[in-house]
Amino acid sequence: MSEKKKDELLHDHNHDGVDRRGFLKCMAWAGTGAFCVMKGGVLNSYSLSRLPEPGSKEAMGELSFVQISDSHMGFNKPANPDVAGTLKAAVDKINGLSAAPEFMLHTGDISHLSKPEEFDTVDQILKSATPKNVFYVPGEHDVLNDDGKQFLERYGKGSKGAGWYSFDKKGVHFVGLVNVMNLKAGGLGTLGHEQLEWLEDDVKHLKHSTPIVVFAHIPLWSVYPEWGWGTEDSAQALAYLKKFGSVTVLNGHIHQTMQKVEGNVTFHTAASTAFPQPQPGKADSPGPMKVPTEQLRSVLGITDVNYVQGQHALAVVDSSLA
Amino acid sequence: MRRSVSIAGLAAALVLGTLGLGTGQKSYVASAQEKTSTMEVKIDNFSFGPVTLTVPVGATVTWTNRDDIPHTVVSTDDAKTFKSKVLDTDEKFSFTFSKAGTYPYFCSIHPKMTAKVIVQ
Repeated sequence: MSEKKKDELLHDHNHDGVDRRGFLKCMAWAGTGAFCVMKGGVLNSYSLSRLPEPGSKEAMGELSFVQISDSHMGFNKPANPDVAGTLKAAVDKINGLSAAPEFMLHTGDISHLSKPEEFDTVDQILKSATPKNVFYVPGEHDVLNDDGKQFLERYGKGSKGAGWYSFDKKGVHFVGLVNVMNLKAGGLGTLGHEQLEWLEDDVKHLKHSTPIVVFAHIPLWSVYPEWGWGTEDSAQALAYLKKFGSVTVLNGHIHQTMQKVEGNVTFHTAASTAFPQPQPGKADSPGPMKVPTEQLRSVLGITDVNYVQGQHALAVVDSSLA
Repeated sequence: MRRSVSIAGLAAALVLGTLGLGTGQKSYVASAQEKTSTMEVKIDNFSFGPVTLTVPVGATVTWTNRDDIPHTVVSTDDAKTFKSKVLDTDEKFSFTFSKAGTYPYFCSIHPKMTAKVIVQ
């Protein structure tokens, strides 16, 4: 408990529940597995080595769900010749979580080449996961050659436009956004005017205290524009979410975990279940990174998210497949 | 000038081909190969190389994806003058440029990848 006290808010200049020290503490663990809880305006951060006791309120939560990303089914290059095997390992990990997740989010690049058999394989593997409901948004690899027609037919029932939608679970408002369509030469991910208008309208009537979870494939923050790791018009989307006290943004695409806290918004990217990519600017290109075979599963993973109602808390925990 | 030469070359090849003159055909194929070797764009490390390729009118440019990740070749203009299907590793796409001009293009999956072909 004394440890916990140390992380209490010392200077809340912006009245946003985040002081500089707490923010930096969270950032320090980004990429290695972080666990940050917003609770009554206090940001507590834990390393994975001292997680809350299993069964405690923090660990159980009232709403628990899992994010998986970038399964790239069909990829068969040296960085991972068995992406089906590692996706199965991710499902095993999910089935072994102490708080059973109610559903899954897949933040895109389900397939590698948008081939029907690749989607079929993922569907088949995910059937053995305990949570039966999966909510999808497309990655750029899921909408190749047909402008996303097949993706919409398979996963987009009831969605708007290119596949965006929202739903509510236990008082949390979830928004799935699509930022991989109509990409312009030289540009980044794009949401587009029509989707932004829909988002503005979608959240307009919600209470400011409603926790918001936004999920999309390409990061909605500027991770590394030189490699296209960002979204052109994400600032507009975030402006519509400014009034909310708790916003969690979950993305994929960059095949590594990363976290940033900005005011009431927590940005988080998930690991891939298929292959790692280099840290921003640390290689000639963002292509698949080959690591020694025995290390592969330590750089792949799943993300477990817990929400404790009334406590203003959303806990994001990354676990590797190792 | 270049244009008339290549048309003449093509006509000659057609004539030789129809006549079935083996040796003539062979030499034509060899020279065509030499020519195309300078009209190739390689995709490596998420970039097109060369970034600017200058070719004569009528030239066929071939793109080869040498990355572990799929890419596309799509012209930037609204009309989409040329647009490949998705190219997996080692797959190729070719386009013949029949009009002079500057043709900017990009990879529609990774739009930071941009390059151009100048046809003159």
